[in-house]
Amino acid sequence: MRENTFVRRYGLIILAGVVVGAAALILTAAGNPKNMGFCIACFERDIAGALGLHGAGKVQYLRPEIPGIVLGAMLSAFVFREFKARAGSCPASRFVVGLFVMIGALVFLGCPLRMVIRLGGGDLTAVAGLLGFLAGILAGIVFLKKGFSLGRAYPVKMGEGFALPAVMLGLLALLLLAPGLLKFSEEGPGSMRAFWLISLAAGLAVGFIAQRSRLCMAGGLRDAFLIQDFTLLAGFLAIWATVTVGNLIMGNYSLSMTSQPIAHSQHLWSFLGMALAGWGSILLGGCPLRQLILAGEGNGDAAVTVLGMVTGAAIAHNFGLAGNADSAVDGVYKVGGVGSAGMIAVVIGFAVLLAVSLLHLPGKEEA
Amino acid sequence: MVDARGQSCPIPVVMTRRVLEKETPARLEVLVDAQVAVENVTRCARSLGYQVTAEPQGADFKLTLTK
Repeated sequence: MRENTFVRRYGLIILAGVVVGAAALILTAAGNPKNMGFCIACFERDIAGALGLHGAGKVQYLRPEIPGIVLGAMLSAFVFREFKARAGSCPASRFVVGLFVMIGALVFLGCPLRMVIRLGGGDLTAVAGLLGFLAGILAGIVFLKKGFSLGRAYPVKMGEGFALPAVMLGLLALLLLAPGLLKFSEEGPGSMRAFWLISLAAGLAVGFIAQRSRLCMAGGLRDAFLIQDFTLLAGFLAIWATVTVGNLIMGNYSLSMTSQPIAHSQHLWSFLGMALAGWGSILLGGCPLRQLILAGEGNGDAAVTVLGMVTGAAIAHNFGLAGNADSAVDGVYKVGGVGSAGMIAVVIGFAVLLAVSLLHLPGKEEA
Repeated sequence: MVDARGQSCPIPVVMTRRVLEKETPARLEVLVDAQVAVENVTRCARSLGYQVTAEPQGADFKLTLTK
């Protein structure tokens, strides 16, 4: 009986974690950058680059994983009758918060999902990111407990629910039918890519199961601390475990602070970048992956958040805010990290999140 | 009655829990509009010793929590 309860409660979410972890391993083996089989922030940044929204030549590619996730989630939502067009919960605030979540993630060099994948590759520089993510979530929880809410969303016409899925179909059409319009990196992470069909299939699978299981990187830690519910955290841990085991089997596990793929060792800024991403994710009701899933379920507010994140990626690279990876040049190890513009952007981000948090607390009559 | 329709995760749970802990009512109705909120509120209420029934109400769901 107890076993049945465990399976019923944790079976699907652990399966989702295993699928996401396996998809990340497969994509890396098929050509995606190391420890970046999946990364929502990085891939949205690459898409921004492919569309010419920023000019960072090393991170431009229309990653089919992102359209795959949104469309996979939409498919699942339709199959299980959960597709509902909803919108109207402070979309402008969500756009801005999404923008700063992206900047925080790019300062760290990865979204919360890639943070887990980096940990699963033995990348100890991601530990500072994990601690920062946790700190950001705890900050968000303080405001949730005080009654923070961006307000309710309302039912809207179906067309609004199809907005982001339609954009994603359009992006896929550009990639397959008019690639000449897009920019493609010839070196750097953007040039490392799995065959598009593998990427799309992995995205669809992840989108489908993440919709079913409600997988959310921020939700796992949030629920554990806020309501002592460990369901979503099990998915977080299952990704970590799957990627760790897979990397160990394939000989790609490297437990170290140095020479990690697309990572830097400025721990303070890894911490602060992910703290920004964590706090923002709590205000938004979910991590960057979850925003894609919600947009696939017809949530127009999540769609606006995703557009805010893409804009944040463009800003991050146009103004040199993103972190630079450590690198070895001519045998000399060069520590990367964050420039002063990135540091200032993170500080501004904290001020913006604090303002959004305070401005959306209940008034005296509502408390 | 708690009206948590249209609220982002985990606010339906936070709203419900606040009432359950402050007022410990023998019975509470919670309105939500997403399956995920039904699941989350149900889990939370059960952990606080309530029994939960859920019924569709138009495009929404009405949860009845009883102790």
